[in-house]
Amino acid sequence: MTLTDQMTALKTILIKEVLRFSRIWVQTILPPAITMALYFVIFGKLIGSAIDTSATDGYSYIDYIVPGLIMMSVITNSYSNVVSSFYSAKYQGHIQELLVSPTPNTIILIGFIGGGVIRGLMVGAIVTLVSLFFTDMDVQHPFLTVITLFLTSVLFATAGLINAVYAKSFDDISIVPVFVLTPLTYLGGVFYSIKLLSPFWQTMSLVNPVLYMVNGFRYGILGVSDISIYISLAIILIFIVILFSIAYFLLDKGVGIRS
Amino acid sequence: MSKALQITNLSKTYGNGFTALKGVSLSVEKGDFFALLGANGAGKSTMIGIISSLVNKTSGEVNIHGFDLDTQRSEAKAMIGLVPQEFNFNVFEPVEEILLNQAGYYGVGRSEAKVRAKQLLEQLELWDKRKNMASELSGGMKRRLMIARALIHRPQLLILDEPTAGVDIEIRRSMWDFLKKLNEAGITIILTTHYLEEAENLCRNIAIINKGDIVENTSMKALLSHLQTETFILDLKEPLDALPETDEFILRQIDASTLEVELNKDHSINRIFEVLNTHGIRVSSLRNKTNRLEELFIELVQQSNHDTTQEVSA
Repeated sequence: MTLTDQMTALKTILIKEVLRFSRIWVQTILPPAITMALYFVIFGKLIGSAIDTSATDGYSYIDYIVPGLIMMSVITNSYSNVVSSFYSAKYQGHIQELLVSPTPNTIILIGFIGGGVIRGLMVGAIVTLVSLFFTDMDVQHPFLTVITLFLTSVLFATAGLINAVYAKSFDDISIVPVFVLTPLTYLGGVFYSIKLLSPFWQTMSLVNPVLYMVNGFRYGILGVSDISIYISLAIILIFIVILFSIAYFLLDKGVGIRS
Repeated sequence: MSKALQITNLSKTYGNGFTALKGVSLSVEKGDFFALLGANGAGKSTMIGIISSLVNKTSGEVNIHGFDLDTQRSEAKAMIGLVPQEFNFNVFEPVEEILLNQAGYYGVGRSEAKVRAKQLLEQLELWDKRKNMASELSGGMKRRLMIARALIHRPQLLILDEPTAGVDIEIRRSMWDFLKKLNEAGITIILTTHYLEEAENLCRNIAIINKGDIVENTSMKALLSHLQTETFILDLKEPLDALPETDEFILRQIDASTLEVELNKDHSINRIFEVLNTHGIRVSSLRNKTNRLEELFIELVQQSNHDTTQEVSA
């Protein structure tokens, strides 16, 4: 397959993925916008107005949590798009359309991950727009903001694909988001600075990879972070390399998709 | 000259220890219309799965139009169009979209794919349904959609795994005509089917697989010539009181006005009418008791099972 053919195949997978989540926008695009609007109202405005700004590096509470909430919606949507799309393709058998074709595994991977990233960033953009109703956003480091968001989206889209490869039922694709992803996100500094925690829990928090992503993104927008931006980016890149290698290996061996 | 398909010592043992293929070798000439027959679980779908990269082989080699499936996977895959047994498209996608996507996976651009999709959907009488979700199609339409999808990248080798299962007679006949035209246009076709009449009508060469082994691989003509006797059912004009006596063929009375005649292949069918005529018996219609290929198929599979049992006992 020539490089041009491979690009055609990649474009096809991306169009297919975007059409898939666009057709069901009421399930995929609308809910995060509504959920995040509620977060902004309840945590940001109502409860947030009572929180001392010394706990949030001098920013109002809503300003402090906006980056984390945008990041949370990007993480969730990037992950869930790939896990549900790839698992559905497995379940209905139409993953075979790709497996019989000459499309290389790297293109299949990039295509599915790309679909997750597009949805994640689209939802992130919508949530950002919603946040503008509640706060003014003055982005301190635009490039770092975009690159952190993009790389985090890639990371979780790849993780979603690995989950889908191993999933044997629809229960299996919801277990990780509910029991792993949500706790990691909530404990990853979305709603608080880890400086508020005891030294032990501060150290424990450093094991949570989501902490680096939320703080990297917060640094991009607000210019403040619990973690160095370089460490954040390095951690994200390392995770991407590891997860992409695992996903490629699984696809190449046909785990869960070829007998 | 390379073959359309060349399989050498192909084996497959699944994770649960079940051996579906036991070192099978098979070749299919370019331009052939080839039948691959076998009972359920004989190994047909495993073989097709390996050829189309849906099943990992345990050992052996597969070569498609001169391309090795291990070392020239991309080129080999581009040669094949697969119509699987089970519906395996996204039922929530429109019909035309399914074809455009499949074309894209083979590197065919959107505008060229649209031209091809229109042509195929018209030929297979699905053009009116192009905007419908695949879930809205009838069973026969879904089968035709899978044929269109398998042809969108213009493969040289079309593999059909029970393409007419659950399809009514009228549509089945029109699918046969379509497949014959494809074959006449130069596409090699490999067909698995449980309708042996279908294989006899369409295919020039045949392989019979049983319990992971090829038990017969020859031309349809040569296989049918193995048949020593043929059995016919005769419907009579008037009820019969007594069977006429003859030693040229075996006569059995099924009911008052139906006869079964077992005729050796050395004898002419005309002799049946001559003998019956001399006894004043008039025939209103005649038909084969079973499909000729069906008789041979059962015979070969039973023979193979018997041989296996003897080997185990020994």
